[in-house]
Amino acid sequence: MSVDIDLATIWAFIIAFAVFAYVVLDGFDLGIGILFSSFAVGEERDQAMNAIAPVWDGNETWLVLGGGGLMAAFPLAFAIVMPALYPPIIAMLLGLVFRGVAFEFRWRDPRHRGFWDFGFTAGSMVAALAQGITLGALLQGIKVVGRGYGGGWLDWLTPFSLLTGASVVAAYALLGSCWLIAKTEGQGRRRAYRLARRLGVVTIAAIVAVSAATPFLTHDYYTRWLTMPGILLTAPVPLLVGVLSLWFWRALDREEEYRPFLLVIALFALCFVGLGISMYPFIVPNQVTIWAAAAPASAQRFMLVGTGIMIPIILAYSGWSYWVFRGKAGATGYH
Amino acid sequence: MFDHVDAVNLARAQFAFTVSFHFIFPAFSIGLASYLAVLEALWLSTGKHRFLDIYRFWLKIFAIAFAMGVVSGIVMSYQFGTNWAVFSDKTGPVIGPLMAYEVLTAFFLEAGFLGVMLFGMKKVGKRLHFAATCAVAVGTFISAFWILSANSWMQTPAGYAINAQGQFVMAGSWLKVIFNPSFPYRLVHTVIAAYLTTSLVVGATGAWHLLKNPADRNARTIFSMAMWMAALVAPVQIAAGDAQGLNTLEHQPAKVLAMEGDYDASPNGAPLILFGLPSNGEGRVRYKVEVPHAGSLILKHDPNAPLPGLKDYPRDQWAPVAIVFWSFRIMVGLGLAIFGLGLWSLVARARGKLYDWRWLHRAALVMGPAGFVAVIAGWVTTESGRQPWTVYGLLRTQESISPLAAPAVASSLLAFVCVYFAVFGFGTWYILKLIAKGVEVGESELDDAPIRTAGITPAGQQP
Repeated sequence: MSVDIDLATIWAFIIAFAVFAYVVLDGFDLGIGILFSSFAVGEERDQAMNAIAPVWDGNETWLVLGGGGLMAAFPLAFAIVMPALYPPIIAMLLGLVFRGVAFEFRWRDPRHRGFWDFGFTAGSMVAALAQGITLGALLQGIKVVGRGYGGGWLDWLTPFSLLTGASVVAAYALLGSCWLIAKTEGQGRRRAYRLARRLGVVTIAAIVAVSAATPFLTHDYYTRWLTMPGILLTAPVPLLVGVLSLWFWRALDREEEYRPFLLVIALFALCFVGLGISMYPFIVPNQVTIWAAAAPASAQRFMLVGTGIMIPIILAYSGWSYWVFRGKAGATGYH
Repeated sequence: MFDHVDAVNLARAQFAFTVSFHFIFPAFSIGLASYLAVLEALWLSTGKHRFLDIYRFWLKIFAIAFAMGVVSGIVMSYQFGTNWAVFSDKTGPVIGPLMAYEVLTAFFLEAGFLGVMLFGMKKVGKRLHFAATCAVAVGTFISAFWILSANSWMQTPAGYAINAQGQFVMAGSWLKVIFNPSFPYRLVHTVIAAYLTTSLVVGATGAWHLLKNPADRNARTIFSMAMWMAALVAPVQIAAGDAQGLNTLEHQPAKVLAMEGDYDASPNGAPLILFGLPSNGEGRVRYKVEVPHAGSLILKHDPNAPLPGLKDYPRDQWAPVAIVFWSFRIMVGLGLAIFGLGLWSLVARARGKLYDWRWLHRAALVMGPAGFVAVIAGWVTTESGRQPWTVYGLLRTQESISPLAAPAVASSLLAFVCVYFAVFGFGTWYILKLIAKGVEVGESELDDAPIRTAGITPAGQQP
């Protein structure tokens, strides 16, 4: 059996794109969920909910594409990573259940609205934390035996994975607050600016901490990041993070509407590039490369046709949906 | 080793639990999405406000059911990896692409237009809104297409080879994989089942309000539409079920024998066992009530055609007969009851008494949940009947499992049970509350909810 090398690389980029799309899109609505409990009951909460209600389902679909795409394009990686991360994945799924139904349930049951609002926050928090832990656990390495996971069911739990977990919670909350800056007015917006400042500090500190810890996880990361000639390639990444952070601050000072959100996305993109530098071409670090995990070319080619046609169409109508609900969510919703 | 077997059974229980719960929602929303499209089309073409009221009434219910379907569906896509890693590794190259196509062509379509369907009427206008409703309805069907193709491939694998790593890979053509031998039958049977399930819920809603107020015009419209659906589609479903039975006999004979409870071969024509207590241990059905030759008549359309028995197959390839035997009877029994309800409604309609026969309304009310029960019973039959295989005849369930410790699977199973009963229990209650309230004249839009509940004056247009 021959595996088409280019095809595997293309698919690695497609999966990465899906994951990044998910992180940005569901990132801001999970972030609003994380912050939700801190908003005043009534207008402020309703406004925040209105800012995401029409789009959350589409955002979450990227997670299904990431998972389903991984199973189809890199089944071996899916088969190793999912059991290794069993508890956080299950926790994420249950968290998503609570927050997903809260969108409808809170309107249907005023008597239990407090409960569903709490479920919305707790579910978003758990999902974000679990996703961050998943990232950290993947980065720190997974034990592989044969064609499967070879470790215990709590191997993922380390200080590093908890750090990445907390970092993702902070980062999503930051993105959520920047979305609220763009989508709300009045009291809610002023609060969003304040939140964005605080969360900006926390997120950038978290990026620094994770970046500082990563090279010392395994020797390979150290070589990639901190020795010649790799450092010539990698040095611009932290430098750009610094530049973007300053720019982000200036945008907050000038009370700009959309720029903070876009700059946080750029910050996410840089972290993503950093992740790529650490991992490529491995899909399970130091264990399984994208070529070893790749599904046969027949499967990858078959899906490439559909992906090539459908992704632009999906982006077009998803973009249209965002366009329909553009502008301020307002206290009175979309009417 | 004992630990390992335990993990297998726990993982099976978890899959059975989560998939059964999940399927309740699509079984309802596939039919409801189409019903909504029909209602909106009726409103647009006749201009009668009544249809818009009914549309908005069901749209609120759809929003709740759809949200529950989405969140319970995400669980399914990840469960392949968490609990069935070896299965994922081995079958990913064949059924993975089918599920990826489901995401690309169905999930995004539904999700992308759902926001407009729920909240966008005033923003995009009637025509585009109708297009969004249709997009969601078509999306639910496309979703059924792909996931049933993947499921059918597990039942009747085709177009595959096995590579050096032990993975199933496509061989020949993807069309052979997608349109594997049982797929067309399953697709038709399942989609019709979803339509019937919805029509029974809609019918029960109409019946409930007719029982309270026989002059309720909206209830009359709802009830009449639902009864047309049940009357016209139930016979088609019986024919589709029969065709699927013959197809199963051809490709998975041992499953059909388990459904029939035929342990021994019947060289001169098999009886139809109506009831009894199958026992795999004794290899017979105790206390059975049977009709001679009727089994062969149904399965072979010839009363004297010989049929094999389960004992012609190795003992370790038998499905759990008692489960399959009974779930099959529940499904068929309810199917016949639905058919009967449809006939009864036709008689009532022919005599001009559709809105007057209270016993008909009571029967329709009682039958409200029958579709869900029948659909779940049908899935139990086909999935349990596939045992002991995940990929029929090729990959055993025991060999498909992730390398997991039993406590991990047990705790996640417990968590799923608690969360699902709590969350989906509430959701079902909210749906029942809406149903009990009934269609109101000048039914509010779904997106009015935030205004009303927030106690803020509806300001109308946004800037």
